[in-house]
Amino acid sequence: MYTSTLSNRRDFIKKMAVLSAMTAAATMFPGILFAEEQERGLPKGGNLDWKKAPCRFCGVGCGVLVGVENGKAVAVKGDPKSPVNKGLCCVKGYHSVMSMYGKDRLTHPWVKKNGKYVKTSMKEALDIIAEKMQTTIKDYGKDAVSIYGSGQWTIPDGYVASKLFKGCIGTNNVEANARLCMASAVTGFLTSFGSDEPMGCYEDIDHADVFVLWGNNMAEMHPVLFSRLLDQRLKRGVKIIDFATRTTRTSMASDKSIIFQPQTDLAVANAICYEIIKKGWVNQEFVSKHCNFSKGSTNMGYGLEDKYSFNDKPEKISFEEYKEFLEDYAPEKVEKISGVSAKDIKYMASYYGDPNKKVMSLWCMGMNQHTRGTWINNLVYNIHLLTGKISTPGNSPFSLTGQPSACGTVREVGTLTHKLPHGVVMNKAHREHAAKIWDVPVENIPSKPSLHTVEMFRALDRGDLRFMWIQVTNPMVTMPKLKRYRDATKKEGRFIVVSDIYPTPTTDIADVILPSAMWVEREGMYGNSERRTQYFEQMVQPPGEAMSDTWQLIEVAKRMGFEKQFYYKEETHIEEIYNEYRKHHEGKKHGMAPLEVLKSEPGAQWPYVDGKSTQWRFNSKYDPACSNDEEFHFYGKPDGKAVIWQRPYEPAPEVPDEKFDFWLCTGRVVEHWHTGSMTRRIPVLHKAMPHGYVELHPEDAKKMQIRTGDAVRLTTRRGTMKLPASVNERGVPEKGQVFVPFFDENMLINDLTLDAFCPISKQPDYKKCAVKVEKA
Amino acid sequence: MPIKSYLAHPYQGQKMELYNTLSQLEGCEVIPAENKDVLILVTDTETSKQEDALQEKLNMIKSIKLLAMVAGFNASKN
Ligand code: SF4
Repeated sequence: MYTSTLSNRRDFIKKMAVLSAMTAAATMFPGILFAEEQERGLPKGGNLDWKKAPCRFCGVGCGVLVGVENGKAVAVKGDPKSPVNKGLCCVKGYHSVMSMYGKDRLTHPWVKKNGKYVKTSMKEALDIIAEKMQTTIKDYGKDAVSIYGSGQWTIPDGYVASKLFKGCIGTNNVEANARLCMASAVTGFLTSFGSDEPMGCYEDIDHADVFVLWGNNMAEMHPVLFSRLLDQRLKRGVKIIDFATRTTRTSMASDKSIIFQPQTDLAVANAICYEIIKKGWVNQEFVSKHCNFSKGSTNMGYGLEDKYSFNDKPEKISFEEYKEFLEDYAPEKVEKISGVSAKDIKYMASYYGDPNKKVMSLWCMGMNQHTRGTWINNLVYNIHLLTGKISTPGNSPFSLTGQPSACGTVREVGTLTHKLPHGVVMNKAHREHAAKIWDVPVENIPSKPSLHTVEMFRALDRGDLRFMWIQVTNPMVTMPKLKRYRDATKKEGRFIVVSDIYPTPTTDIADVILPSAMWVEREGMYGNSERRTQYFEQMVQPPGEAMSDTWQLIEVAKRMGFEKQFYYKEETHIEEIYNEYRKHHEGKKHGMAPLEVLKSEPGAQWPYVDGKSTQWRFNSKYDPACSNDEEFHFYGKPDGKAVIWQRPYEPAPEVPDEKFDFWLCTGRVVEHWHTGSMTRRIPVLHKAMPHGYVELHPEDAKKMQIRTGDAVRLTTRRGTMKLPASVNERGVPEKGQVFVPFFDENMLINDLTLDAFCPISKQPDYKKCAVKVEKA
Repeated sequence: MPIKSYLAHPYQGQKMELYNTLSQLEGCEVIPAENKDVLILVTDTETSKQEDALQEKLNMIKSIKLLAMVAGFNASKN
């Protein structure tokens, strides 16, 4: 099939591109026809070897097919067999293979000796790490060492990290960057349902009549899912409502854009519940059978001080008490603080309240990066619980994830300080269960959580923490109030190991840099937003001495004397680890699919029971774990009932005042993956979005005589910086607000952000702080 | 430079208009579905400059309601 001349080769590739599109079209439009002569002569395979994998980038978790030619990954297409993306693929997904081939890939370790980086062998670097960990533990205790990973860790990476640190070394100093993006979603699920992760799935999109996007710029952040929403609008005329603080590509593509003032989503959600009750739209039977009402502590603070701690004190309340609480949230009252007209609040409530409309709520960072992140998650669940619109096809409160395995690795494997693969460290039975599978004495696992992410970096600053191993993440770009934490890493007596694929501001502060194998250069699994676990095989060789994060950890564990627990063989270690990991989740509530299934299918959704994925949890028609002989069973809670929470509106910790008179919001752009360490090395993406900028409202810009491209100075209580202005371009903030993306390591906006967090989830709020804006 | 394929969804009643517009663009091959409101678009560009220019032109087409990418081939000359 393949011929040697370039033009024939291009012609052949073009035909394959046509074939891919026809296959995707056939999946999306059953019965679609193309003219016969156009289908003739299309290639069936050629020399390209197509292998399936989940996409490397976002939490949508599209199934892609990677084309490998002569040992190099050269092409990507959406996998038409994947129910996630049905053959589609976005611009980042396509470029994922290119991100492996940047010119400055790290190919061997570097160790800092006398202030200079010296090239070393992998063996020497791993010896140094193991020895340094052992001496740190000897000198300062086991809680002086830590690991900081990522929602881009594969499941085996996170699993061995947790086993080494929690099970073998005996410290709960295990955290991951998903604390910065998903922690409020987790605490939201746990407080409302007692069980983490969405009850529904992406197939809800094909059933819902109305989509309410809560502070979620899906068009840029979850592009393939947004395409699926738009596709449903073309086919079925569904409604898309964008509820946000800024006008984005999503707002422009939606049927209605409703703008609210920062932090007041809390008040609006309560106002929707007020309206639902007032209009008599409560699903009485569902609520009386399946829900309790509770309230928790208020005025909890914002975690701004070191060693801040908080424990909520839930108290049961009656429906009448809840109703009385909502009296403060009549739409006409909420209009005054939120800027959302009572009419628009009632408009949203009417869709939620209409028994003939199926509603899907979608959210991501807008609700999670919030100093009341747990509360706003609870409040959106309240709306769905009051109306009984939950756990059925098309009725779905759906918390999306940002990273490819924030769910699979961080939430399911449990790479957070309080978590274990099954359950939490505070629970004796859960510790015993983990210790048995890990083959360690149960006393090894401490019963108290230690440092969450912000506190981990604060501990490094204070000197309580002496050793940190960072894998697949770039905290020297992403930590809020960054300067404090950057300075902390440079202090005498701190030892930092960084595993990554390219040099970043985080490798700049490392004592040892390890080159990692990326994505399909090794074998692994990711778990996406809809509880889908997806497997990928090793398709190409990693460059130089680059090694998977899993194997780096195993090598160090063995050097530290844990050969018994890290018995895995190099050729079969991923299979051995996954089989061991599955034991933690055995049972109807969280069973994971066998590896053979993951290898042959485009992923499987847990709970995987009797050879079947579960699409809708807590609904006895679909979920075999339901056992109360009712239609619904929220079995995460001891009494099988979900909780409707009384949570008030409370203001943000830092609001604009006379001196710092604007709101600052930060976020992402479609071209770049997070901190841009991979996507900025792809020429097309870099060119499309070469540097950071600050978006202003046109009237504010006019008042300050600022035009696109002009330098603007931003100053907060933490620092000051200059950025070029963007007026009326991609996104338009409201008056008195500015937006800055965080992908540009040369314009570190997190030097200006505030490290306030949700007291329950400990997730920082990157969306709100006060800033002064001047023409520079 | 890359060869990419997309599903192009036109606004209602504008399928032929979109077909004509896309067909006239250099580096574009268009295949309309016979019985559905969707077209397959394959783009093939020689240089990154051409690719950028083409993307800009695609962004400006008014009859496109939604352009969903399906596949990309890094067909560089190596
Ligand atoms: S939407 Fe996300 S998972 Fe899907 S192709 Fe794009 S980056 Fe990859």
